Amino acid sequence: MNKNAYLEGSAIPSSLTEAQWQSAVVATLASLNDKPGALLPILHEIQGQLGYVPPESIELIAKALNQSSAEIYGVISFYHQFRTTPVGAHQVEICRAESCQSMGGRALEAHAKASLGVDYHQTTSDGEVTLEPVYCLGNCACSPSIRIDDQTYARVTPEQFDALMEGLKIRSLEVQNG
Amino acid sequence: MVKCFVPQDMTAKAMGADQAAGFIQNAANQSGAQVELVRNGSRGLFWLEPLVEVETEAGRIGFGPVTFDKLDTTLIDALLSADQSHPLCEGLVEEIPYLKNQQRFSFVRAGLDDPLSLAFYQSTGGYVGLRNALAMSGQAIVDQVKESGLRGRGGAAFPTGIKWQTVHDVAADEGETKYIVCNADEGDSGTFADRLAMEADPYQLIEGMTIAAMAVGAEQGYIYLRSEYPEAHRILNAAISIAEQANLLGDNILDSGRRFNLEVRLGAKAYICGEETALLESLEGKRGMVRAKPPLPAIKGLFGQPTIVNNVLTLAAVPFILREGAAAYAEVGFGRSRGTLAFQLAGNIKRGGLVELGFGPSLKSLLDDFGGGTYTGRPMRAVQVGGPLGAYLPESQWDTPLDYESFAAKQAVLGHGGVVVFDDHVDMSEQARFSMEFCVAESCGKCTPCRIGSTRGVEVIDRIRANENRAANLELLEELCETMVDGSLCAMGGMTPFPVMSAVRHFPEDFAAEGSK
Ligand SMILES: Cc1cc2nc3c(=O)[nH]c(=O)nc-3n(C[C@H](O)[C@H](O)[C@H](O)COP(=O)(O)O)c2cc1C
Ligand code: SF4
Ligand code: FES
Repeated sequence: MNKNAYLEGSAIPSSLTEAQWQSAVVATLASLNDKPGALLPILHEIQGQLGYVPPESIELIAKALNQSSAEIYGVISFYHQFRTTPVGAHQVEICRAESCQSMGGRALEAHAKASLGVDYHQTTSDGEVTLEPVYCLGNCACSPSIRIDDQTYARVTPEQFDALMEGLKIRSLEVQNG
Repeated sequence: MVKCFVPQDMTAKAMGADQAAGFIQNAANQSGAQVELVRNGSRGLFWLEPLVEVETEAGRIGFGPVTFDKLDTTLIDALLSADQSHPLCEGLVEEIPYLKNQQRFSFVRAGLDDPLSLAFYQSTGGYVGLRNALAMSGQAIVDQVKESGLRGRGGAAFPTGIKWQTVHDVAADEGETKYIVCNADEGDSGTFADRLAMEADPYQLIEGMTIAAMAVGAEQGYIYLRSEYPEAHRILNAAISIAEQANLLGDNILDSGRRFNLEVRLGAKAYICGEETALLESLEGKRGMVRAKPPLPAIKGLFGQPTIVNNVLTLAAVPFILREGAAAYAEVGFGRSRGTLAFQLAGNIKRGGLVELGFGPSLKSLLDDFGGGTYTGRPMRAVQVGGPLGAYLPESQWDTPLDYESFAAKQAVLGHGGVVVFDDHVDMSEQARFSMEFCVAESCGKCTPCRIGSTRGVEVIDRIRANENRAANLELLEELCETMVDGSLCAMGGMTPFPVMSAVRHFPEDFAAEGSK
């Protein structure tokens, strides 16, 4: 599936406003800029706050670190973790590595993609879930494993996967109502 | 008062440890029972997680796995009264054969208490090694590590003492620093020993790094931790700040006038950043591209300075050596593989978990005596040892002794000790394809054979699987693998052929014409 075509029809909030991202980026740069090898901590912090690294912020980061924008972009694109586009409310990662394969991980991946209607690196049309692959969560004694945001789940069956996704929707509704 | 232990380890939580803890606490509140709930680390018996332990006069009684579906009032009653007739009761934890039959050095404390309890750490020999080290010269510390025979646990098994000697001997120029870097990237599938060590016994690693710093005269250390380990991140940061408050890190360690500061840095999901030079690039804030060696990191490492890069378990072995003496460590083991290795049983295995043993037992005894066969109950067919770059071993090779040299003789590797089991449902051509695909996804891109060769590898295997010119394509695959072995700068491209060719060699029927399997 074409990523852009998919995003067009989605309810994902488009980019943040300039005021939103700028204050986060400026504050982050001020607090971390002096660390030796500061770039990864900076990118982690910005993505942690905003969900992604806004492309508009790259020049600011470059200036602060005395590097070129191309260098910053090169680092962002090298690591699987960093992204320059918005994400869903929840990040769902499915382990693709060998131990999980041996316990039905491939079937679980196929099920997840089909039931969410997205491929890896895509977000569901309601903006709830971004699906990502991961290569080992260190939970291999109880494979197959997935992670939802910061919580890992072990021995996940397709049925449990669906139940977990239902749980996410209910939780998000609670947050909206509350 | 009943003292009850519920692990806070990532796998225990993934199996429902938080729910178990909540359930026990609620039940206690309602019945008015006096319960002290300790969130310990895991013992590494992951097949029993959540393993809830209750302290009695006879010792700690274990119940497991206390998963959500089994949590009822009968179980809670049995737990709080340590009633051994309950079907989930495992009896005395120390007597469970899986644990009892291990030789635990690095993991001796794992799961015994709250991992952040510094009092517990010190009551079990913690920081004796550092105190000894502070009274010794740097050279004397390095000599102890050399005599212990300790070899790096990150995979390459390089003698640790020699690496330290190199860093020790480089005269740091005026105003320049040496660094201690802990490689906590643990990217191999089937491995979780570093994670367990960090989550269950963080001070052991911190002490090991501090001793390393005293040995070579470093003042700054970094733990490069993969971002997939948020629990370890939280625990390490908390442990570091507690150690700082106790003067065990910082500007005046134990009033010795010596300084060492430690910081955790997160990776960003790139397998290649486990390779030591790519790791250093990443720590410097760059793309994780592998550097050509020489210069060795020991001479020109982080920010161009002399740097020790060691695996978590290498550094975690050091406090024992400085406390008990080099000979006590060297006593255990097999041939040139001294001490213990933390084997990690994973994949399709009934009793997955961490098994720390002296080198030397056969793979088969590990699989049978500890693992208990497959999880699915079907016959075992293939075992991948040593992570995604390790060979797949067929049954005829499971008698191989677990030590570096014996594995090398079989064109296999022990690596970080990860053991991933597959039952007879596995399609080995699919596994071979995945190895190439993994290399495509994770290559740093510096060498053509690795970057492009892996993509071609996927295509060739696809043609073999589609039964197109099979014989010619198998030959092509072999040549491609040779090129990758010969033309790659690091083990990513240089070892991806190991799993691929082992699959072709040992499981040829899976690469045969459609329908003939
Ligand atoms: C592709 C690749 C990935 C590696 N991943 C790790 C890793 O995750 N953890 C680790 O300790 N060593 C890893 N290594 C080995 C390191 O390069 C290095 O040998 C090790 O950190 C040295 O520490 P040691 O001597 O204590 O083993 C990897 C090597 C390669 C080539
Ligand atoms: S073999 Fe692959 S990962 Fe290693 S340096 Fe070359 S391109 Fe990078
Ligand atoms: S292989 Fe999936 S958690 Fe390790």
